[in-house]
Amino acid sequence: MTSAVLDHDAHPAHEAHHTSLPIDNRKLAMWTFIGSECLFFATLITTFLIYRDSSVGGPGPKDMFEVPLVTFGTAILLFSSFFVVMALDGAKRGDRKKLILWLSLTVLCGIFFVAMQVYEFQHFYHKGLGYSTNLFSASFYTLTGFHGTHVAIGTLWLATLLKDAIKGRITPAKALNLELSALYWHFVDVVWIIIFPVVYLMSLGR
Amino acid sequence: MALQTDAHGEHLDHAHASAGRYIQIAVILFALTALEVLLYEACFGSLRESSGALATSLGPWFVELLLALSALKFFLVAAFYMHLKFDLKALTWVFSFSLGLATTVILGLFLLFWYNRGLWWMDGPW
Repeated sequence: MTSAVLDHDAHPAHEAHHTSLPIDNRKLAMWTFIGSECLFFATLITTFLIYRDSSVGGPGPKDMFEVPLVTFGTAILLFSSFFVVMALDGAKRGDRKKLILWLSLTVLCGIFFVAMQVYEFQHFYHKGLGYSTNLFSASFYTLTGFHGTHVAIGTLWLATLLKDAIKGRITPAKALNLELSALYWHFVDVVWIIIFPVVYLMSLGR
Repeated sequence: MALQTDAHGEHLDHAHASAGRYIQIAVILFALTALEVLLYEACFGSLRESSGALATSLGPWFVELLLALSALKFFLVAAFYMHLKFDLKALTWVFSFSLGLATTVILGLFLLFWYNRGLWWMDGPW
């Protein structure tokens, strides 16, 4: 989904976006999508918890996980959630400089997080944890890999909006375009808020 | 602050929270994350030796405490950063309904595997 796809209200034919509820139907659609994503991640997290200790052989969570690296990644995502909400504030106030500054920082955080995850996966692989090594590795890579993919998609989406912001296309009237991507981004952050303690800390603290 | 009234007479605050409030929430989120890591370090990590009685008393409640801290962070992000606190109540219902379904899926999967392991896989590697 790009900003171009969301930019319907540039055309008069697409003005009627409101449902019987006093909100834009795109916002309702985004919340419904986020609702479906809750089920998706709930299933993946539960699968990980069930299979975490079911491996016959190979390394387990205690041989692999490193708290400092993941804490750094968590801090990066929390920073990004704050940055995007400040960018949205700038967009709604028509403050272009503020919008570009905070949105750039958000995109940078997204890139850092994906890079952190690529490094972590590569590190684990070199320590002998391939995707099909055991049940722990398969469920771990599937869960965190899907989350990382969501972060990568969110980063690309925000980058397209940053390009629009630089060109002056995100006016207060079009702030909803950024609000929708911010909602998605916050959801990705919320999922990590669950993954960090449940997958990493609880697996180590047993 | 531009206020709009919906069909049910609820006021929708489209200005949302102030930048100051966003900073407050960010500080709380970081503090809670630091607390999670500190809790792990005190109970099972490098601070275990020095934390002594604290580790002994908090250790049995480690999972519950982590879940409570995560739930608090989840609530803060959803309410303030995702604007559910200020937006139309219907959106809160949409999200709550999804969370309810997700909880049902989690419990269902746990029960299914618990039952199956107990019944057929009793002598398995687990």
